[in-house]
Amino acid sequence: MNPAEAVTAADQSKGTIRVVQLYPRDMNIYGDWGNALVLQRRIAWHGYTPELLEYNVGDPFPDGVDIIVGGGGQDSGQLVIQDDLQARAGQLKELAEDGAPMLVICGLYQLFGRFFKTRTGAVIPGIGVLDVETHGTDERLIGNVKVSTTEFGEVLGYENHSGQTTLGNGVRPLGTVAKGTGNNSNDGHEGARYRNIVASYLHGSLLPKNPAIADFLIRTAAERKFGSFSPGNPDDTYAVLAREHAARRPR
Amino acid sequence: MVFYSVPLGKLVRRVSRLRGGGSALPGLVVEKIDPGFMRRTLTTLPHGVAVVSGTNGKTTTTKMVVELLESQGLKVFTNRTGSNFTRGVAAALLGEVDWRGRLDADIAVLELDEAHAVHFVNSVPPRYCLLLNVLRDQLDRFGEIDKTAQLLQHIAAKTTGTVVLNREDPRVARIADTLTGQEVKYFGLDDSLLGTFPNDDDMRAAPGSPAPAGLPEKPVADVVLRKVGADSAEFEYDGGTVTTAMKLRGVYNIFNAAAALTLARSICGAGAATADHATLLEALSKVAPAFGRGESLTVDGQPLDLVLVKNPSGFRLGLKSFPAGGYATMIAINDNYADGRDMSWLWDVEFDSLREGGVDMVTGSRAYDMALRLQYDQVPVGAVETEIPAALTAFVREGRGKPKRIFCTYTAMLAIRRELSKITTVEVVS
Repeated sequence: MNPAEAVTAADQSKGTIRVVQLYPRDMNIYGDWGNALVLQRRIAWHGYTPELLEYNVGDPFPDGVDIIVGGGGQDSGQLVIQDDLQARAGQLKELAEDGAPMLVICGLYQLFGRFFKTRTGAVIPGIGVLDVETHGTDERLIGNVKVSTTEFGEVLGYENHSGQTTLGNGVRPLGTVAKGTGNNSNDGHEGARYRNIVASYLHGSLLPKNPAIADFLIRTAAERKFGSFSPGNPDDTYAVLAREHAARRPR
Repeated sequence: MVFYSVPLGKLVRRVSRLRGGGSALPGLVVEKIDPGFMRRTLTTLPHGVAVVSGTNGKTTTTKMVVELLESQGLKVFTNRTGSNFTRGVAAALLGEVDWRGRLDADIAVLELDEAHAVHFVNSVPPRYCLLLNVLRDQLDRFGEIDKTAQLLQHIAAKTTGTVVLNREDPRVARIADTLTGQEVKYFGLDDSLLGTFPNDDDMRAAPGSPAPAGLPEKPVADVVLRKVGADSAEFEYDGGTVTTAMKLRGVYNIFNAAAALTLARSICGAGAATADHATLLEALSKVAPAFGRGESLTVDGQPLDLVLVKNPSGFRLGLKSFPAGGYATMIAINDNYADGRDMSWLWDVEFDSLREGGVDMVTGSRAYDMALRLQYDQVPVGAVETEIPAALTAFVREGRGKPKRIFCTYTAMLAIRRELSKITTVEVVS
């Protein structure tokens, strides 16, 4: 947009919503940028001003955080961020308990839990924001996934993980798997919900084809910050069609 | 001694070809009844086996190496596109050996899929290997990038002679630290061109994100690509620079020419032939793009380029190497097994460069995923049609009088070539 447009947009903006990506440098392997981009665009389409910040290892932690989004990484990426994440555990917990909307996918979903026990028996502590635990396995769960949820309708995505996660009493599942495996090979659950955190193994990316989740995060952020949310009218024609076609694809 | 597996395998090959398949079935038959066939045949070659692997550019690079070596008078056995796994190599061998199972060649240059190469090198240790890069490719098939680097490291470890590495890819260059007995050579890129090569670590870096640390100190490369012109390239080796015409287009294809030159020089230098640089360069200047790697066809008197895109880096390189200005553009995204089912890779490519001209047509089984991706990068989309034949017909009709470019995944490209062969001459690849 040109400067003149920017001025008008800012004039008409319903306010700024600040999105922080957690560790995009080390945890960004499954198109996680897509989730940040969708939030950025949809915040604007709803008439607010998006502000997208990155938080990487060693950075000062931004204040005024409205939405947190984090993604998946390789084992090596998880090792790189581990200490820094532990150092930020208090702040992230506080934000979570205070109702800040967050989306954590795959690797960060696991690390937001209590611990990750590897196949060799080593225990990697999580930050305990979510009452879940993960155990490494030799089996990779890979493929297209359909999840039935009460909050967001049918959620579509793709999973690729060898860690199997089980939910404790403190969290609810995001939904029930209709195609694919989800959290683990046993209980048919996919993802986790706690306060305003959405945690999931699904990428693809998750938010483009599931705008209901994106709008939940944005609405929650706006309500926390401004007391109410007045939605715009994003054009979801392609999203609806992409969902229809994706739902028909094989595992 | 005569092995009955060879005539039998050749028979199966003949029958399966009659049935219209260039399949790996004959390879399977030979593997089952004569597991030693491939090893026995390839280890008799005077200059052994050279393996080309990596995630991007294997086909084009292998083609270049073959043509460079042939220019030096060597008889080269190679495997065709689509048979870059052990059984495919066995099937390709069956087509070339005589009834006694002898192969009339000086050297084999084989493109191997990184996941299947391990099995191959365990059976047939190569004398040479050329390792191109480790970029994200179909993670849903293999797991993780680091694992891919380990697969390439295994190929290097099994190599008995010379290992040629990409100096600019940290994961590949670091393989050198793990090697003990092998000779290591590098191919490299001028610093001024580094910016045109995103790697996965800084692929989706927002402004201000630092690039990852490369090697503490760049090793000296045997061949360095210094400059890329519209249809020429400048290479530096043996302390001098030479400029040569190039039929290949796309910076990354030309960077792979440096890789191919390095390997060809190693093979010739080891006594296979006396490397004559004038004929090497002449051969290099004549290399035409491999199947779907920036091939240019003619439709309605206008060029139509096919650019294969398989992963984020390849797509980004394709968009950089083939600027959109003045072209009608189509994108065809399938999600069949060979393409990879996971669509998340589309979100690791930035499509801003298409914003100005827009994309005329989006097609393939995941056309709407692609259209949605373009919407979020604010790229105008002319039309979406999931059926490739209908989409191609409309694209050619609407784009009359304009040069055209199609970015497509592997199986989408096969479908597009099939359709195009009805309206223009398309080289048939068996």
